[in-house]
Amino acid sequence: MARLKTRNEIRFILNGEDVALTTVAPDATLLDWLRLNRSLRGTKEGCAEGDCGACTVLVGRLSAGRLVYESVNACIRFLGSLDRTHVVTVEHLRGEAGKLHPVQQAMVDFHGSQCGFCTPGFVMSLYALWMRSPEPSDAAIEKALQGNLCRCTGYEAIVRAARAISSYGKAAKDPLAAERKAVTTRLAAMKDGARVEIGSGKQRMVVPADADDLASVLDKEPGATIVAGSTDVGLWVTKHMRDIAPAVFIGNLDGMCTISEDKGVISIGAGVTYSDAFALLSKRIPALGPLFDRIGGEQVRNMGTIGGNIANGSPIGDTPPPLIALGARLTLRRGKKRRTIPLEDFFIAYGKQDRQPGEFVEAVHVPVPAKGTKFAVYKITKRRDEDITAALGAFNLTLAKDGSVADIRIAYGGMAATPKRASAVEKALLGKPWTEAAVEAAMAEYTSDFTPLTDMRASAEYRALAARNLLLRFFAETSGTKAPIQVMRYEAA
Amino acid sequence: MNKHATPNLKAQKIKGGVATDQRHDSAHKHVSGTAVYIDDMPEPAGTLHGCVGLSNATHATITKMDLSAVRTAPGVVDVLTAKDVPGENDISPTGRHDEPVLADGKVQFHGQPIFCVIAETREQARRATRLAKVEYKELPFVTDIGELDPRKDKLVTPPLTLKRGDAAAAIKAAPRRLKGEMRIGGQEHFYLEGHIAMAIPGEDQDVTIYSSTQHPSEVQHMVSHALGVPSNAITVEIRRMGGGFGGKETQGNQFAALAAIAAKRHHRAVKIRPDRDDDMIATGKRHDFLVDYEVGFDDDGNILGVDFMFAARCGFSSDLSGPVTDRALFHCDNTYFWPAVHAQSAPLYTNTVSNTAFRGFGGPQGMVGAERVIDEVAFAVGKDPLEIRKQNFYGTSDRNITPYHQTVEDNIIHRIVAELEASSDYARRRRTIQAFNANSRFIKRGLALTPVKFGISFTATHYNQAGALVHVYTDGSVHLNHGGTEMGQGLYLKVAQVVAEEFQIDIDQVKITATTTGKVPNTSATAASSGSDLNGMAAQNAARQIKDRLTDFAAERYQVPRDQVLFLPNRVRIGNQEIAFADLIKQAYMARIQLSAAGFYKTPKIHWDRDKGQGRPFYYFAYGASCSEVSVDTLTGEYVVERTDILHETGRSLNRAIDLGQVEGGFIQGMGWLTTEELWWDAKGRLRTHAPSTYKIPLASDRPKIFNVTLADWPEAHEPTVHRSKAVGEPPFPLGMSVLHALSDAVASVADHKVCPRLDAPATPEQVLMAIERLKARA
Repeated sequence: MARLKTRNEIRFILNGEDVALTTVAPDATLLDWLRLNRSLRGTKEGCAEGDCGACTVLVGRLSAGRLVYESVNACIRFLGSLDRTHVVTVEHLRGEAGKLHPVQQAMVDFHGSQCGFCTPGFVMSLYALWMRSPEPSDAAIEKALQGNLCRCTGYEAIVRAARAISSYGKAAKDPLAAERKAVTTRLAAMKDGARVEIGSGKQRMVVPADADDLASVLDKEPGATIVAGSTDVGLWVTKHMRDIAPAVFIGNLDGMCTISEDKGVISIGAGVTYSDAFALLSKRIPALGPLFDRIGGEQVRNMGTIGGNIANGSPIGDTPPPLIALGARLTLRRGKKRRTIPLEDFFIAYGKQDRQPGEFVEAVHVPVPAKGTKFAVYKITKRRDEDITAALGAFNLTLAKDGSVADIRIAYGGMAATPKRASAVEKALLGKPWTEAAVEAAMAEYTSDFTPLTDMRASAEYRALAARNLLLRFFAETSGTKAPIQVMRYEAA
Repeated sequence: MNKHATPNLKAQKIKGGVATDQRHDSAHKHVSGTAVYIDDMPEPAGTLHGCVGLSNATHATITKMDLSAVRTAPGVVDVLTAKDVPGENDISPTGRHDEPVLADGKVQFHGQPIFCVIAETREQARRATRLAKVEYKELPFVTDIGELDPRKDKLVTPPLTLKRGDAAAAIKAAPRRLKGEMRIGGQEHFYLEGHIAMAIPGEDQDVTIYSSTQHPSEVQHMVSHALGVPSNAITVEIRRMGGGFGGKETQGNQFAALAAIAAKRHHRAVKIRPDRDDDMIATGKRHDFLVDYEVGFDDDGNILGVDFMFAARCGFSSDLSGPVTDRALFHCDNTYFWPAVHAQSAPLYTNTVSNTAFRGFGGPQGMVGAERVIDEVAFAVGKDPLEIRKQNFYGTSDRNITPYHQTVEDNIIHRIVAELEASSDYARRRRTIQAFNANSRFIKRGLALTPVKFGISFTATHYNQAGALVHVYTDGSVHLNHGGTEMGQGLYLKVAQVVAEEFQIDIDQVKITATTTGKVPNTSATAASSGSDLNGMAAQNAARQIKDRLTDFAAERYQVPRDQVLFLPNRVRIGNQEIAFADLIKQAYMARIQLSAAGFYKTPKIHWDRDKGQGRPFYYFAYGASCSEVSVDTLTGEYVVERTDILHETGRSLNRAIDLGQVEGGFIQGMGWLTTEELWWDAKGRLRTHAPSTYKIPLASDRPKIFNVTLADWPEAHEPTVHRSKAVGEPPFPLGMSVLHALSDAVASVADHKVCPRLDAPATPEQVLMAIERLKARA
């Protein structure tokens, strides 16, 4: 293999300006850099864990040659992950002579700010929405704002402003739209196929050139911290102050960001964000749509990856249970060696996964349910959106011609130390007629499958009861019940 | 916006007078990121940063505190402990000496500050803090008031009893009676801007502190005590907060004191901005309550006597728990006349962070208790709770004495509720919901209409005063300063509107300036919804003094009677001629007329005798009502709010746009308190909900799907308040009760509305499901 070029600086565009940094701590966050190094203090820190959205900025990147801008949380976005991007902060929005941007003017006129601290973040989230959807529905507005907390307004005024933005100007005439061509060219020019290496020891960070390069980097440094969307690793730094060096940034790597379908199996690269995965997945497996809409907020979905959600092994990750129920498989890679295992086998125990040193999650392969299969996933949280799962159940049912259960896979999150199948329940249902009586009988088996814990999200009793009831909901949904079976914010599109 | 506009001398009306819908004065800065919060100010060269080290034990004596590794950590300049406090190691706001700046030898809650690291960067200070080795001898602790006896266990401050008539006898003689208990959770403020203080040392003993506080005068006094210097050495300034909600009434004292101490020790500016998690762990919250009630009533649901015990989790110190628990009792009637009543408070000591002010200040908890009693009676007699509410309302000319013996003189709740009942289509929807529930197996709907009456004034009578300082410069521009602080509620704007109105000049001629103890002294906290009532009046008073002088001057200079001097928009009519306001000012200056005035206001009529439990603690009451409909999933307890209608009054509003924002925001915050916002302590006494990832305030998608908010346009304040407007900060908060009661109504449907669900707050999906299970078991 030809020796790779290396480069010792990261390059990106900040608002209008080219930035090249040769000194970048692996754990330096974009927010601190903006506020402390650049004195750009319009972007606020509210929580430093990617939950409140006060630090929302836009990051533009080339995706298949097209420039896309996404809202992200600057507080948990590492500076090292910004190579070849365009970072846009609230300071970039003001026009000539201090004229407010349409998003800003709408927020002013509709009284969308009170204390004002969350406001720049709201402006940036609304801006990202408006760029891709100038006349958004209320549902789209609320979805775009799931990652922005406001404690003063009760949001009503902000939503009114969001509906009205286009009456203040045209998205096509927006400053970023005007720059789009030039920025696309500049970003494309930054792509030199080089590996980025900066610092050594506790200061070392690497951005591999592509997936193969990642494999060789990790082969040499098996102890490195792999950082994909940093929606979890970000908190290791901001909250736990853990050292993450050497850090290897794998977001936006060639060969890691592909999503494709072949023979009824969707393969998702470990660097694919939730947002990117959503387009294909929700089309092919519609039941995943409502779940994806409830993972984090928009900023987290724009950063976080399914690969990371799996690799970190959390018992409350939202994607493993449905993927297990669907029979997904996982490809792990070390150097040139790859192995593919059933996803459920990856989770061994709490905090322990079947991943060897130097090995990384390369892709997950999700079979599209066959026609006639019934698949559903239900997430239970304290607050409907942008909340971490208390219990999550996924159901994949195939009925035989006689109406009996030919196959059923049920997997839960939040109910055990790992994402886990409800084997006893499955067994109780297998071969039985798909009737309420059989379902009721099987519900008794939950106690042999799960002994959930009590924590701040839910008590053990509630988890056990609600998890059990989800099977009844699934039955109702699959047996043509006419009355509503779930409370819905919006009727399904 | 900031352009120096030339005033229109022919205008019919000024721009931005009272009763106009002005935008927030800082709105254009908020949206562009140019509004400066304390962390956004450029730091003086050499600024140091502090981080507070928190206790890892819940109740313990500290046996060993090894800070050597902290001291030698990179960038560390100093580590402060209790012995480094040069003055008094106390920041108790009520002078009870029960709250140290840094714990001295003993810790009383998990997360109590015990030391403070000062380092070159914030990051270094945070990292060093983790290197402390502290050993504890654990003592028994209690975090849950359910384990305490409100009549016997330790209190942090003396309790209050209110009584009128013989409640015990009335209950005993009543045809029917019942008893119950209700848990009401606390609430984290979750101001988006966390606590922060930056102290800049001056010469001699002087320190200037920029503090995110609702109470600059108190910060000034606390810092002066902690430093052991007179108040005149300390200046506290705040331009704006990123939210307060009561959480910055007393809780900023600690950070300000520590920053000031370090600043004086090192002759360098010191900034302390705790991380969100530390902020949520180490600062106080809304009090949670356990309410015991007994009620006597007749078969029609007329309440005859009520007895309440309001036990509150106060935490380890008194802070504001006395007045907070008092206010809970002051609101245990809500809009209802209790013919005989006995109510007592128990401000209980617990090994938790010291609870503090939060929008409503105990009042909402009192009202939630009252509404539970209504619900109980409604279920007992089998009537719609709204009927029970209406038949027990205070009268307008009789049945109008509160449990604290104040007469309700301004009752408008009958009309408010009648109008809302009609506009929300309550009766028809009640029937629709019944039909829906009969045909829906898993999803049940619920509906409730709840009223609000909120008492306005600080119950500590002496706080009901305010000062303002108004300067008119020779170009006719006005500089306005007062003791109120801006936390997003639009106070600065409203007061500026009052001043613009008074001088009859456009509002852009009035410069709004940061609150500072150097300009207006001895101010009260911006709290108790009093901001515009008090400061608006004080500023009006200052403006009127100047106007009086100008009138005298003009009358004399132009030889016209005083009543021929009229302030018209941007100009003054003197006899037959009109001159620009700015020209009159120039002439007055040349004639050596004083163009500056300090204004003052104190609320009339109020008095309160706490020992007797009698008086007139409130100048007036503010009223509103809300009606909510919910859908509940009886399999999981999940729910959505389908629709909410609100009718709220703000008197003759100074600014309806701002007031509407207060009502909408207050409702959502109140709904959050009663639904998804849950504080959760583990068995070790640690608060485990200390970040937005675990503590869930409402999102945009939690708003009612249909949200109709109306400000009643017919009421005006009964009392001569500023332009007959009424306070609006806190009163809308308890409107959120309609969601709790709608959830309760939906839950009740699983037992055919025969059993009172006794749904506690917060009604998380878990609480809702468990209530459903209880009712199903009894149905």
